[in-house]
Parts: sequence; C-alpha cells; structure tokens
Amino acid sequence: MKEDKYFAGIIKKPGSSMTYKTYVWRDGLKPAWIKKNCINCLTCYINCPDHAIKVDKDGNMAGHNLDYCKGCGICAQVCPAKPKAIEMKKE
Amino acid sequence: MDLHNLAKKENKITSGHRLCSGCGAGIVINQTMLAAEDENVVVINATGCVEVTTTIYPNTAWNIPWIHCALENSASTAAGVETAYKALKKKGKIKDNIKFIVFSGDGGTYDIGLQALSGMLERGHNILYICYNNEANMNTGYQRSGATPLHAETTTRPWGKNIHGNPTKRKNLTKIIEAHGIPFVAQAATAYHLDFMQKVKLGLATEGPAFIDVLSTCRLGWGHPSNMACQLSKLAVETCYWPIYEIRNGRLRLNYRPKEPKPLEDFIQFQKRFEHLLLPENKKELEDLKRMVSDEWQALVKREDCDRVCMKFSKGY
Amino acid sequence: MKRLALTGNEAMAYAMKQSKPDVFCGYPITPTTDILVTLAKYIANGELDCEFVTAESEHSVASILYGASSAGARCFTCTASQGLALMHEVLHIISGARLPIIIGSSSRSLSSPINVHGDHADFMDMRDTSFIQIFSENAQDSYDNFLQGVRIAEEARLPAIISSDGFITSHNLEAVEVLKDEIAYKFIGDYKTPFSILDIKNPITINPLSLPNSFMEIKKSQADAMRQAKKVIPKVALEYEKISGRQYGFFREYCLDDAKVAIVVLGSTAETAQLVIDELRNKGIKAGILALRVFRPFPAKEIMAALSNCKVVCILDRADAYSSLGGPLFVEVASALYKSKSRPILLSRIYGLGGREIDEEMIKNIFEEIIKINKGQKLNEFGYIGLKK
Repeated sequence: MKEDKYFAGIIKKPGSSMTYKTYVWRDGLKPAWIKKNCINCLTCYINCPDHAIKVDKDGNMAGHNLDYCKGCGICAQVCPAKPKAIEMKKE
Repeated sequence: MDLHNLAKKENKITSGHRLCSGCGAGIVINQTMLAAEDENVVVINATGCVEVTTTIYPNTAWNIPWIHCALENSASTAAGVETAYKALKKKGKIKDNIKFIVFSGDGGTYDIGLQALSGMLERGHNILYICYNNEANMNTGYQRSGATPLHAETTTRPWGKNIHGNPTKRKNLTKIIEAHGIPFVAQAATAYHLDFMQKVKLGLATEGPAFIDVLSTCRLGWGHPSNMACQLSKLAVETCYWPIYEIRNGRLRLNYRPKEPKPLEDFIQFQKRFEHLLLPENKKELEDLKRMVSDEWQALVKREDCDRVCMKFSKGY
Repeated sequence: MKRLALTGNEAMAYAMKQSKPDVFCGYPITPTTDILVTLAKYIANGELDCEFVTAESEHSVASILYGASSAGARCFTCTASQGLALMHEVLHIISGARLPIIIGSSSRSLSSPINVHGDHADFMDMRDTSFIQIFSENAQDSYDNFLQGVRIAEEARLPAIISSDGFITSHNLEAVEVLKDEIAYKFIGDYKTPFSILDIKNPITINPLSLPNSFMEIKKSQADAMRQAKKVIPKVALEYEKISGRQYGFFREYCLDDAKVAIVVLGSTAETAQLVIDELRNKGIKAGILALRVFRPFPAKEIMAALSNCKVVCILDRADAYSSLGGPLFVEVASALYKSKSRPILLSRIYGLGGREIDEEMIKNIFEEIIKINKGQKLNEFGYIGLKK
C-alpha cells in the first residue's frame, strides 16, 4: 500500500490551525490589558474560547495574543478586578 | 486545582479554530482540556460545530489524537477506540495509559445519538462523554432538538401566529443517563469553571462510563451579544434554569443551591430566542416556561434532600 | 489440511478465528447470526483471544469497528440485509478513512415486504461504498475467500465484504478443507497499521472537515486504492494457491474458452448451472459459464476478454436495480463489454428474489432462449426467471 499525501484525509500536523490567524474576524474592537489593575486570577484565560490570553512560563497573565483574538469581549466582561484590568478599545 | 500551573503547560487544543467569536463551546473544550492536562487523552468528536471548526483540512486545532465519525455515533466510535485500546493493551502492543473523551452537541446526544449512547453506557466502556448542550441543532442553523426548552424560538419552530416557538418541554436527559446505573452523571456550566473542571477530572477518574451535560451558550442561535457567554452561563444557574449537580453512585448533590433563585427574566432578557416571552401578550407562555424550570428545580431539590436523609438513616445507602 | 463438515457460516467463522481479530463486534441478523454465535463460542471457550462487543445495532457495530480499526486493531463483523443497510452510512466513512474492516456476510433480500431468504439485494446495495466485494459459491469458497479477503483488504487498505448465498450456502453443511491454524495465520500475518488514533506521541486527526479545495484529491486517492486492489487480488490468490492447492481468480470459467452462448452468474447458482452445461455440451452446444467472484473492484477488462468469443450472453441477477435498465450485474457487464470489438448480444434475467428457487430446468430454459436468439429470433432483452403468471 502506497501512502500518498491525501491518504484518508488524515492530518498529521497537530496544532496546525495556528497557521490560520483569526484576528481578521475582529469587528472594530480589541481588548487592552491594564496591567496595574490585573489581579492575575486567570478568569479571562479560563473563559476565552480562543486561547487568546497569553500566560508566561509560570502561568501568569501576560496579555492578549491579538493574532487569534476574535474580539468577542468575554475577557473584559468577566474581569473581576476593580477597576477592570481588561477593556475593549477601538482598533 | 491550580489554574496557573495548568495554564503554563502546552494546551491540548490550540487557537486558530473557527468557532464563532464568543462561542460557548470553545470555552467548554478549553476548560475540559485544561482539566485533563495531566492525562493522555483521545478525543472522539461528533459532527457539529466543534468538529467542523477545529479540523479544517489540512489543519487541525488539536494537539492530541482526535477522531470523528458521524453525528449520531460518537459514543459507539468511542466505544470502538476504547475496546481496541483494551485489546491491544492486553496483548502488550500499547504501553501508555489513555483516557477517552467524547464531545457531542445536544443534537448528537439527546436525539439522533441517544441509542448509541445508551449502548455505550450499558456496556460499561471507560469513556467520559461530554454533551456541550446549546439546546438546539446550531451547526445547521438553529433547528430545535430534544434539548430545546419550551417556547424558545428555533428555525424549525419559529414564533408564529399558531405556533409559539418550541411546543414541547426539553427532555430530561440526565435522568435517562442516570437510569443506566453508571457511576458518574453530572450537569455543569462553564461559568462555574472549577466545578466543571472538577467534574471532568472525576469523570476521567471514574472506572466505567461518565457523563456530563454542560450548558454551552450559542451566540448566534440564542441571539445574544458576543461577550455574554460567561454571564449567561452564570445566570442560567442562578435562575435555576440550568441547575448544576452531580449523581455519584446513586446520590444526587446540587453543586449550587440558591436560597432565592433570580427571576428567569434575568436570564432570558438577553436572548433573541426568548424575546417574544417578554411581550405582555405572551405572558402565558412565559409562565409555562417558568413552570417548566420550577418543576425541574423542585424535583431536584426534593431528590437531593431525600438522598441526604437516606444516607443518614440507612446503612450503606 | 483437514476436512470438516461446516456450513457456509461456520466455514467463515472458522476463517475468522484463524485470522485472529483483535476486536469482533456484531449484532444478530438472519442468515448471518450463526457467524456471530460461533465466534462468541470460540471466545467464551478461550479458542480465540479477542475483544467481543455485542452492540445495540448494526449502525453501532460499524461505528465501533470504525473506532477500533482507527486504533490499529484487526476488526471483523458479520451482517446481512437490513443490518448491512443500516450500516450503510458508516460503510462510506470506513472506506473513506481507509480502514480494512472485513464483513462476513450471507446475502439476503431487502425489505419491504420483509423476507429473510437469500438474494443479492444487500450486496448490490453497497456497490458504491468502496468496499472490496467478493462472493462465494459454496462453503469452501466462504472459507477461502475470507482468508484471502483479510489479506487483500489489509494490503489495499480498503474494507471488504465476503458474502455467499443466504441459506443456500450459509446454512448448508458441506465438506470444507481447512488449513492448519499456523499455516492460515502465517498467510494472514500480523496486522500492521500505517496510523493509530492511540499513538499519543504522533497525534493525528482522523476524518476532518474537507472543503472543496481538498475533497476531490482525498477521494481520488481512495479510488486509486480500489484500482490498486485489482493488482493485489491475483497476487494474494497465487500465494493462497501455494498453501491450499485451490485456485482463485476474479471469476471462475466453466467451458467458456470456446463458448458461443454463456451465462454470467454470481454465487451458488453457478454450480447448478454447471450440470446444465454438461448436458448441453453432450448435445454439441458450445455453452459456458462465467461465475463472478470479485464484484469490486469490477474486473471489466478480464470479463471482456473472457466473453469476447460469445455470440449471446445472459446475465443472471439475483437482485434488481429498479433502474429499468436490467439487473445491476447486467449493467456492469454491459459497460465492461462496451469496448469489445465483437460485442455479444446481452440479455438480462432476474431470478431468485427473496429465496425463490432456481433449478436446472429453469437454467435449461434460459439457454433455450439464448440459443433461439443466437439463431436470429427476437426476444425481450429484459426478463425474469421463474416468475408466476
């Protein structure tokens, strides 16, 4: 059996959807991280459907990955910090 | 559960998938995968939003083995993978310890996939089945399913002069699943992420089948603003619209039991699928829905209390 | 080599046991239930070490095997008729994912009206599922074809169905020569898979969403596999001949070399027809049979070559395609002969539906018709055999 490139339509490149940048979906608004307000609770991280919240090597909040952020605004909505550490701003 | 510790590891699911902006299902799969961070996991996915958006050839958003068959048979496909795992492990051809997670929407679970699911549960396969429940067939454009609540509007049960949205109550699937006598059954909501993730962990640790029905907001199908996934998930629990609970070895525990549930209007007011219910002329329909929610809630409260009393007075329940 | 008294179903179950599947999954349906229960007995007795799943439907059987085969397990099942029809959706998915699952079957009619007896409706119903389709004439064939089917499917990376006539073959006790277990398994070999969903270190995505920019190439690759399977089949047959002494091709020819009139037939009817041929030959009539064994991939070129000297050929179909174009086998043979320079006159005759008997007398009548046509008489191109007035 010769296995050609299209064999069974199997994808052998895990995580390759990263080549598709979804930022183009944003509709005028993008999140801004206000570091000084951040309490590093990761509520934004755990509620982001797109893994667009970055964390550092210790797992601490490190801002947004704007290549993949679709601009839904959940992170700003769920941010429990007072004042909020994430705000939606015009692009 | 230490979120920071989990977050720093490589995610089992990546960015670049094409779920809608603000999609609840994206949150479900991310939280699940985070909870399963320390396990070797194979994902079995039913046809639906998660399947089509995460694996657009030649790219995949999955960093772990992932398999899809069709809409109605994710439970049997998973049963097959798990059976082969058992066979090959026994013959020494596989060394790794592997866990199996199914993701299927409510369409593929409540309706067309119920038979396969029942078979899988009854045969006792070691699988965690997660139904990401957005209460209709959303991938095809918001058609009603057995999980659609009373009077919610869908494209197959639109609001019209003669028919007022979905004419039937939603099916109590969790009860049906429980009747199979499996060790772990739960309902969850992503707004209570620690609760949900704990359930995922418990489900994975369970010997035999485990089932979690997790409410998954659908921005387009429900018709709500893109930033409300978490808020609506929370309101669903606080209004008792979507109680979160677990049944372990026969005992039901409510994981959140508000003293005073919030009014249902708090939950439905943000959603286009319920917009008719807030008009004065549709007061009866709103009352019907409230009664459905209240009946379901009261039954659960009664059951929890009863189970507690039983535990107290009978040895070995 | 030893001889055992086995029914067609038992012969197939015996071949399954010798092929050592990792997973067997099934659901009972007449007339293949015996395969399922025989396997269950082997496993219960410890004669076969195999995970046995009793699914809740044939749809789930196919889905379970799809999952198990994706995980690198050798997987068999048995089914027929409604069960095969219920699997239909998943059959396409199995072949698309290039999983060499093998179905042991004994063909039966399709409802409605419901009828549990043999015909080829279920086998023909799966023509386009990209399964390798092999048909057996008797219990010996069932055994031999199943063993070869495993090799062919696994080498071509396509699923296969090995069938025979429901009841006529599946339930008839015959003397079957079986290979020694070691020899049979040496022929089959250990199952090797090019991928596995259980390979944690090399994670793959199976059955993704393919858009118009990739779908055709993936399906073309699948079609190539079926073309490739045509090369695998004779190779495997040759190897099998060496260990069994029995010869297999795409079809079996009986007195076809110099035949002027012939029939094309699938399954047990070929043996009945042989007796008629002997009689005709005694009378000096050059009659022959092409008993088809491999239906998918369809051996068009080989059929054309084998029938090119004939003047009239009647294709017997134990199923209807309801196309108003004649039976399904007729249509395939007709298109195979399109390129022939000396195209014979073709007749389509449907027979034996729902277990309707076919005997020597009826086959004699067909040859009488064929001979009349050969003498220039005009007869209906399409017709039935044994139909009540």
